[in-house]
Amino acid sequence: MSKTVAEKILLEHSDLKEISPGQFIECDIDLIMVHEQLGGRIHKEYEKLGIDYVWDPNKIFFILDHWVPAPTISAAQMHQDCRAFAKKYNFIHDMGMDKGICHQVLPEMGFSRPGMLIVGSDSHTTTYGAFNCLSTGIGATDVSVVFATGKLWFKVPESYKITFVEELNKGVMSKDIILKIIGDITTKGAIYKSLEFHGIESLSIDGRMTISNMVVEAGAKFGVFLSDNKLENWIQKRSKEEYNVIHPDKEAIYEKTLEYNLSEITPMVAKPSSPGNAAEIENVEGIEIDQAFLGSCTNGRIEDLRIAAKILKGKSIDPKTRFIITPASKEVYITAMKEGLLDIFINAGAVVTHSTCGACIGGHMGVLGEGEVCISSTNRNFVGRLGAASSQVYLASPATVTTSAIYGKITDPREVL
Amino acid sequence: MDAINGFAYILGDDINTDDIVPSHTLTMRDPHEMAKCTLEFIDPQFVKKIDKGNIIIAGENFGTGSSREEAVNVFKILGVKAIIAKSFARIYFRNLINVGIPGITLTWDENTFSKGDNLVISLYKGVIFNKTKNIKVEFAKLPEFLTNILNEGGIINQLKKMLLK
Repeated sequence: MSKTVAEKILLEHSDLKEISPGQFIECDIDLIMVHEQLGGRIHKEYEKLGIDYVWDPNKIFFILDHWVPAPTISAAQMHQDCRAFAKKYNFIHDMGMDKGICHQVLPEMGFSRPGMLIVGSDSHTTTYGAFNCLSTGIGATDVSVVFATGKLWFKVPESYKITFVEELNKGVMSKDIILKIIGDITTKGAIYKSLEFHGIESLSIDGRMTISNMVVEAGAKFGVFLSDNKLENWIQKRSKEEYNVIHPDKEAIYEKTLEYNLSEITPMVAKPSSPGNAAEIENVEGIEIDQAFLGSCTNGRIEDLRIAAKILKGKSIDPKTRFIITPASKEVYITAMKEGLLDIFINAGAVVTHSTCGACIGGHMGVLGEGEVCISSTNRNFVGRLGAASSQVYLASPATVTTSAIYGKITDPREVL
Repeated sequence: MDAINGFAYILGDDINTDDIVPSHTLTMRDPHEMAKCTLEFIDPQFVKKIDKGNIIIAGENFGTGSSREEAVNVFKILGVKAIIAKSFARIYFRNLINVGIPGITLTWDENTFSKGDNLVISLYKGVIFNKTKNIKVEFAKLPEFLTNILNEGGIINQLKKMLLK
């Protein structure tokens, strides 16, 4: 039977000869990512099992990123619980708290490669789909099952084929593509589905990661890109491991087929308080902001910081607006430093922070107060997500966020580029 | 796990995990402290109004957002027996089953359920009897694979038995 990418990778990881959508199957997991959830809930569930081992300490990627450095005593205690667990079970890939955000660091270190099946204790684990592998978020109990057995149950998903044609115009980024898609199909439009992206050649790896990252905002289980030379070059620079690129069969069956002409996409904004509340920028231009935030696993990559620096160079941010920039990883931070981007940011009046999830989860380093308005490059604008329940968050691309910081109001980046 | 008896508590569409457990609660070490904050942004009185034995009736895309299992665990602590929704977010649905709370997908309206209705759910038969309204509603039964997990009281219990073998 002809297969989609998701069906091929799931079949490869099961002990079955054939699978089809809707079927419950058990799969072998290649890698599991865990962060502070380890100290939050996972360790409590795992201890119930009464075993003194994990199935394979070499297949666990552990990092602290949500609340680093610890802003509160309770966060510090959570980190203590995490470290104690990692030590007790001899985790080999313990990344500590200085490397950056999980979904940036794991690919940078070559851990996500074509054909793999990866799970993680975070909904944005879908990010690794940019690397032609299947990856998805799971809860603490599922993590415990994987820690104990290396296996997990899956329902084989139906797939949507999304094909991109032509190229993006200046000032438009992959964030605008995914906000447009979520707006079109709604936040429940892809529940339990695998989104398979075709026509990807014009998109950068950073840009693909942004799209895969946010497929979960439409409810999707996977957001998997096909493979191309650009991807293989990227992987070969970062990993010596072997991998198999996965292409769908020509006759693969898709529940839906969508096509997007990238040249027709314009800057998009998701209005409060849902990532699916999409609007073209013309509808929100001029809304005054208190804060702009550039960072997170969605849009804190070097491509994002470069466009921000290009826009900001020689300019200052609006004096009544705060602009917070959080590079997604130490590698991104160092690259930005070497390229002189940090100078541009700091001289323009922005605050550059250590790499952390920080403001994106309303954790620290830029929490919003009552009634404040923020334009943010992050992935969720739920009520209270970035701070006070009465604050309002508009999601947008790094270009739109930076341009808005200069003017103190939501502004179309095409006006300055 | 059959004949779940409880009272309907109605919630709306797109209740997300940040609504259920706001991120400022996530570093709390005591899950019972966290449970006191459940849905505080949506309804600050929620924890006072929810009674043990309630069955939550929700709209579309219940539990959308984060993988944080705390968003299921707080309902368990508060004594919620089952959640019926028009649709569930994927991770949330897994988390529900894994911790042993039945998640039932069902399209409903105000003629089907109202606040406080006394409901009896049979997972095996795929039927909800609304005693207050004296009506029976059928739903798509959960696959045996999932009811087996629920019967064990969650996947950790099931796994424990398997590891002992």
